[in-house]
Formats: sequence, structure tokens, C-alpha cells
Amino acid sequence: MKISWLDTVAGLAVVGTVVRAAFFTPLEAKQGAAQKIFYIHVPSAWVAFLAFGLVAVASAAFLWLRDPRLDRFAESSAEVGVIFTSVVLITGPLWAKPIWGAYWAWWDVRLVSTLFLWFIYVSYIVLRGAIDAPEMRARYSAVLGILGALLIPFIHLSVYLFATMHPMPIVGKPSAPSLPNEMLLTLFISLTSFTLLYFAFVRSRYRYAFERDAALANAAQHA
Amino acid sequence: MGKTLSAAWLIARKDLAIEFRTRSAFLSAVVFALLGLVVFYYAWDPTAVAVVDLAPGVLWIIFTFSGLLGLHRSFGVEATDHAIDGLLASPVSRHSIFLGKALANLAFVAAVQLITIPALVIFYNLPLGDVAAPLIVIALLAAIGLVAVGTLFSAMAVNTRLAELLLPMLALPFFVPIVIGATQATAKLLSGRPVAEAGAWLKLLLAFDIVFVAACTLAYPFTLEE
Repeated sequence: MKISWLDTVAGLAVVGTVVRAAFFTPLEAKQGAAQKIFYIHVPSAWVAFLAFGLVAVASAAFLWLRDPRLDRFAESSAEVGVIFTSVVLITGPLWAKPIWGAYWAWWDVRLVSTLFLWFIYVSYIVLRGAIDAPEMRARYSAVLGILGALLIPFIHLSVYLFATMHPMPIVGKPSAPSLPNEMLLTLFISLTSFTLLYFAFVRSRYRYAFERDAALANAAQHA
Repeated sequence: MGKTLSAAWLIARKDLAIEFRTRSAFLSAVVFALLGLVVFYYAWDPTAVAVVDLAPGVLWIIFTFSGLLGLHRSFGVEATDHAIDGLLASPVSRHSIFLGKALANLAFVAAVQLITIPALVIFYNLPLGDVAAPLIVIALLAAIGLVAVGTLFSAMAVNTRLAELLLPMLALPFFVPIVIGATQATAKLLSGRPVAEAGAWLKLLLAFDIVFVAACTLAYPFTLEE
């Protein structure tokens, strides 16, 4: 597997972030070491939603322009996105259990929206896997990509209404702290490095998709 | 606009005529819903949870799944002998085909609701009183949303390898706002709260319907070959 300069830079950036977060960022007063998962959780969430936003944009652009490169990009962004979404959904409950006292909260808008993002990603990938014809696969995934983007605001609204009508206390939920500069810097570094990682992954995945499509076209021609 | 709607109505009548001949999908959906009511009752301890608190959730979960049974059939009938090609060759717009299918599905879901809701009231001893009318409005709004999304995904799923697995997988995440809205609104009504308190949920259902009926009608032509 060819490792490009982007892969190296992104990899180093993420390692650097983890080192900085673990050893060179102060402990948060109330949560202690558990808070440090924040520097993985938050950037993963940012990338998860960025990836899906780009899937939706690429899907709309594909239906308009019918350029297969847009479809390949959407395919790549979706597969990378589902990984980052899974990271969010794993790190979230891991952190929440000691801090909130519960693994999950159905009245938390962001948690549930992320869960539905994951559902849509997975159904997008399964849909693609169930269609062999490239043109139909591209069209159908594009439709799902756009509709999925429309769904997320409705999930957001449903959970928000549910939460306001049934207020439920979470034991020991800390209010959003204002971060001191050192933590803010670490957060900013982590956001940047995870975004670089996203682009590195998407680029590799895109290259794989390109080579796969070229090989299939070749095989079809010589068949 | 008028032409689109009258063509849609024609297509809906065709689908309903086909279904009415055998009524097999309809009867399966009704039996599924009724059995669901039975099983759900025995799944809970009636002394721990009042049945009137359970009823809204039970009703809407059942409608979601029995709706999927009918939706799958919606484009399934067109797959035999490539019947869909006949529809596509006829001088009706793609949008009318979608709306016609959706209307037929709406009639199907509404018919299942017409049987299941009274069954629920009887089996669970619900105090229906004067909430019947708002309940019908909720049921209709929710059915429209279910059918809009379900018809589109049915059109897509039927062309894939895993059609029966794919339709629920695609549609269920989209059904959730409808189920949440309908359940919460129904619960408010059944516990005797004034209709205005269910207002926010009804607005959610209405907004969902408007957005997704439009989006799915516009998306449908993209699921067809050029």
C-alpha cells in the first residue's frame, strides 16, 4: 500500500495530538483524566458530520452533473465517516458512564442525532453493496445521501421537543465549562489533525475506488 | 397539476384494484397488527404499567411494521414481467406514478389503521371519549409521512439484491420522527390533556409530511433509468 505525504502528515499530527492531550494538557478539575477522551470524541464528531455533509453535497452535485468522480467521493466519504461516527458513539458512552452516571441519554440531542447519522451511513453502505450496476448504484446512493441529510434536522427537532416536554435530570452532569487556553489549543490541534486524517483516509479510499472501477471497466471491455 | 393528480388517482385505483382482488397483503398486515396487540399486552406487567400508558407506543410500533409489509408489495407487483415498463411507457409523468403508488399505499395503511385502532380501544379498554377526531388527524398525518418515505424506498429496494432486508433498513430511521410525534401526541390525548398540548407534535408531523412528500416526489424520477 502506497503511503503518501498526506498519510504521513496526518498520522504524525494525530499521534502528536494524543501525546499533547495525554501529557501536556492540564487535567480538568471536576472530571480528572476521564475528560481527556474529549480530545478524541469532539474532533471525531466534527469529522463525522463534516463527512456526511460532504456526502450530501456530492450526492446533490452528482444528480445534477452525473460525474462519476462525485459518486466515488461520496462513497469514500461515507465509509470514512462511518468509522469516525462509530468512534464518537463508543467514546461518548465510555465517558458518560463515570461522569453522567449513565451510558446513554435519549433526551440528548447530539447523541441521538449522531446515532441516526450512524444508521444512515450504514444503510448507505449496505445499499451500495446491494447494487451491482454502477450507474444505478450511484443514483440510488445519491438519493439516500440527500434524504439522509434532510432527516437529521427532524431527529434533532424530535429529541429537542421530547427533552423540553419531559425534563429529566442526569446525575452529576457538568455544565459546559469554559476552557482555559491550553485546553482550547489542544482542542484546536485535535480538530486540525483529525480533519487531516479524514482527508488522508478519503484520498486513499478514493484511489482504491478509482482503481477498482478502472479494473472493472477493463474487464468488461475484454469480456 | 390537475393532470398529474388525475393520473396519480388512476394509478392508485389500479393498484387498489389489484390488491382488492386477493386482499392477501391487506389481511396479512391486519393479522400482524392484531397479533402484535396481543403479544405486547402479555409482554408487560399490567399492574406495574397502566395500559393507557403503553397503548400509544404499541400502536405506532405496530403500524410501522405492518406498514412495511404493505409497502414492500407496492413496487413488488411491478417487478413481475417488468410491469413497471408498461407504466413508464404510458403518457403519465414520473411524479404521477410516484403519487399514485403513494396514494394506494396511503389507502392501504389507512385501512389497516381503521381496523387496528378500534381493536386497540377494545382490547386495552381505552377511554376514547371525544379524542377520536384528533386521533384520526394524528393517524392520517403519520400515515402520510410513513407512506411518502416508504413508497420511495420501496421503489429503490425492489431493484436491489436484498429487497426485503433493505426496505426496513432504509425506511426505519426515517420513520422515527413520525413515530415519536404520533406516540407523544396520542399519549397526550389519551391521558386527557387538551389538544393544544399535542400541538407541537402535530406541527412536527405536518412539517415532516410537507418536506418528505415534496422531497420523495422529486427524488422518484432519479430512481428510474433514463
